[in-house]
Amino acid sequence: MLQLLLFNVTNGLIIGAFYVLMALGLSLILNLSNVINFAHGGFLVVGGYIAYTITPYVGFWGALLIAPPLTAAIGLVIERSLIRPLYGRDPLYSLLLTFGLAFILEDGTRFIWGAQGKPVTVPAFLAQPLSNEFFFITGYRLFMVATVAVSVTLLFVLLRFTRLGIRIRAGTLDLETVSALGVNVGMLRSLNFAAGIYLAGLSGVLAAGQLGLEPTMGAGLLMPSFIAIIVGGVGSLTGTLLGGLLIGVASGVTAVFLPAASEAIMYVLMAVVLLIRPRGLLGEEGMMT
Amino acid sequence: MSNQGNARKLITLACIWAILLLVPYWMPPLGGYTALGTRVLVLGLAAMSVNFLLGFTGVLSFGHAAYFGLGAYGAGLTLKFVAPSTPISLLLGMLLGGLAGALLGTLIVRRRGVYFAMVTIAFGQVFYYVAFQWSSLTGGDDGLRGFSRQPLDFRLFSIDILSNTNNFYYFVLFCFAIIVAIMGFILRSPFGRTMLAIRENERRARFLGIPVERHIWIAFTLSCFFMGFAGALYALVNNFADPKGLHFSQSGDFVMMAVMGGMRSFWGPLLGAAVFVILQDYLSSVTVNWMSFVGLLFVVVVLFFPRGLLGVIRPKREA
Repeated sequence: MLQLLLFNVTNGLIIGAFYVLMALGLSLILNLSNVINFAHGGFLVVGGYIAYTITPYVGFWGALLIAPPLTAAIGLVIERSLIRPLYGRDPLYSLLLTFGLAFILEDGTRFIWGAQGKPVTVPAFLAQPLSNEFFFITGYRLFMVATVAVSVTLLFVLLRFTRLGIRIRAGTLDLETVSALGVNVGMLRSLNFAAGIYLAGLSGVLAAGQLGLEPTMGAGLLMPSFIAIIVGGVGSLTGTLLGGLLIGVASGVTAVFLPAASEAIMYVLMAVVLLIRPRGLLGEEGMMT
Repeated sequence: MSNQGNARKLITLACIWAILLLVPYWMPPLGGYTALGTRVLVLGLAAMSVNFLLGFTGVLSFGHAAYFGLGAYGAGLTLKFVAPSTPISLLLGMLLGGLAGALLGTLIVRRRGVYFAMVTIAFGQVFYYVAFQWSSLTGGDDGLRGFSRQPLDFRLFSIDILSNTNNFYYFVLFCFAIIVAIMGFILRSPFGRTMLAIRENERRARFLGIPVERHIWIAFTLSCFFMGFAGALYALVNNFADPKGLHFSQSGDFVMMAVMGGMRSFWGPLLGAAVFVILQDYLSSVTVNWMSFVGLLFVVVVLFFPRGLLGVIRPKREA
């Protein structure tokens, strides 16, 4: 029983780490630009498929390095051409636009790579379980968590100590003042968007190794990221991190007792948080209301 | 409002109802079929319910498909297990959608703006998973089958709405008219005016002593009841309830219909629904990549026609 619980908590943390990676990208874009990027799942899938396509040439490690920036580049083009005209308008419009974009990305990947699922091979030593005792932790899952940990640390360092990061954080609080101080806000938004999509692409490569690839997988992975943001508190990246891990563990533990409810528990958690702390765990009052 | 404006309004109304009443006569010769008209009417009602909240209260719910789907399942389950009666199934379907909305609404109205949209999306998905997982009751992924709408029984006579598509169309139109009348009545009432005030300037409304939160909750709940009713009708249209009807992508379609038709106008969403349904019907019959085209439609409407079709026709009029 204890081992089963341990297994599921670990499992939950691993899944949670994955949600975090995706939710952080969403959160970055939401915080600065007030855009709910519905196409985030679509970008994830695109990242995964790009990795699948280039793996035969550059190997898994090469794909891990190259696919996310390529995805970010696609994101940048879309932001510059389609999303930029919508800043300053009712958030409804960017929501609808990215919603339509998600359709196009899903259908596009189906058109290019086919509706059939695609497996992605990971290096052999990663596919092994760690040991007999911890049979449930494959090297790949550990590697996923490590990648997430490194990326999250890098992101937070970037936001804390670099000029770009400081501007992004300042823009989250008051974009108008940042603009008045002479920062090119358009550029800031573009870079920030690209960073968010980079994280989506990275999630895509990681997910491809674990789950394989299907054109429709993005939509299913999107919802937990939404919940992670709401639970953690809109406007707080640390909150998103906490929220992601929390719902991961909650659904992992619930899977022990009531497997059918492992998805529903996330929503219950969200309802409880909204009931007793509407702003989310680490959300600040007044943000995004 | 001037006399002339009033007259024009009456003429427009008369035209709309004449077009709707005569659907079984003009639609088949134009290459359509009456059942398509029925679907437009039901989805149009749903889009108008979404717009009740979006266009007239100014809060964006992106999870309204949940209450639509609940209405559909409510009606379907009623017909299957409770009573083989069309009116009762409509009533219970509406209640299921509306009460769920009233309950969740208490949590949802605590947030505003983008956050409101996100919370509605996330809560909307709950019912999708429930319908998906609870397959012993709902049929899971395959949807709920094994029920059909029943003839309307008036003791002295009964009207066959099952096999006669024209009768069924008029039945749906009758229901549509009732709900639309209620909507219009609410919007003209002081409460409706308050909704507009909240839409235009929430802070000022608050300063005037209007309990904004409560008003938004009431508007949300009302629109969920309308939505549940539309969903129940939809179950009768198809004799089938589908978990996809609960999914957030369905919510997106409803919002799109409202925006495409013109969300500041009362009848806009119906026009949007007509264009959307007919276009989707057509596209899915000519290309397998219809999803891309629907997505493209979203992009084009948002970038070039944000005020919707009626906004293009009547450039300078606000509702």
